[in-house]
Amino acid sequence: MPTRDEIFTKVSETLVEALNVDADEVKPESTLQGDLGAESIDFLDIVFRLEREFGIKIPRGELFPESIFQGDPEFVKDGKVTEKGLSELRARMPFADISDFEKDPQVIKIGELFTVELITRYVEIKVKEAAANPQSAPQGA
Amino acid sequence: MRWLWIDRFLDFQRGKSARALKNISLAEEYFADHFPGYPVMPAPLMVEGLAQTGGILVGEANDFREKVVLAKVPYARFHRDVVPGEQIVYDVEVLSLRPEGAVVQGKIFARGPGEKGNGELVVEAEIFFAHLDQARSQQIFGDRNFVFSGELKTALQHILPKGQNPPA
Repeated sequence: MPTRDEIFTKVSETLVEALNVDADEVKPESTLQGDLGAESIDFLDIVFRLEREFGIKIPRGELFPESIFQGDPEFVKDGKVTEKGLSELRARMPFADISDFEKDPQVIKIGELFTVELITRYVEIKVKEAAANPQSAPQGA
Repeated sequence: MRWLWIDRFLDFQRGKSARALKNISLAEEYFADHFPGYPVMPAPLMVEGLAQTGGILVGEANDFREKVVLAKVPYARFHRDVVPGEQIVYDVEVLSLRPEGAVVQGKIFARGPGEKGNGELVVEAEIFFAHLDQARSQQIFGDRNFVFSGELKTALQHILPKGQNPPA
């Protein structure tokens, strides 16, 4: 089982390849869009690479949900995520640390949640799951 | 004829790999400008041919139902020029294939007149394809699959290996 540091290192290498950034630009707190310049198609590229690199299966919309707050009009009010919306966020993305975000939950700042650290935590969970259920690993991984 | 940079497929393993051939002729129009007195095949056209080989491979894996579009070329390396009189072989292998899209690893080998074997490795590239989201692309483009349509379908009947199904 890889340690968190090993996972972070491999996640960084994956982002260097997918986003064509320098290795020293990739820090745990770097945001994918703001700091590393990821565009929409890059998120799919990152998902594909993580699957190949770690031998895990990432269901569509799990790591990078496309429209968390579109399910219910009560999730967002006046540009801010409501308590109901925050609960939804916690449920959909248990691997996200929303403690900073919930202090000022402006919906336009949601992108700042997507950091290198978030991916590392997500992969750590998936690697543990895959080790516990070896049959569920994708073929060819 | 449409912008097709493949003359014929040599091999086609559904959802896995494909090899396709292109003859490079001095009569091709772009050589007049690229460059006058020094004809070399433009690198972007080689990537286009590689992407077409990969795009058809990825499209066929879903019976040409998806609209397969080139989304990204994460890297491409060019080792030497390709010149008229050579044959190039596009060699493409699927790395990932999912409902949202696919990634292929592509190589191009070039072979001069009379040379035997696979030829020399001239290009290496990774190519990323997206399947245009069914729901949204239907609003924008209608039911018609504008990627695998018309002349390309007809051409595929001729250039795919025998026994390979062209788009219905």
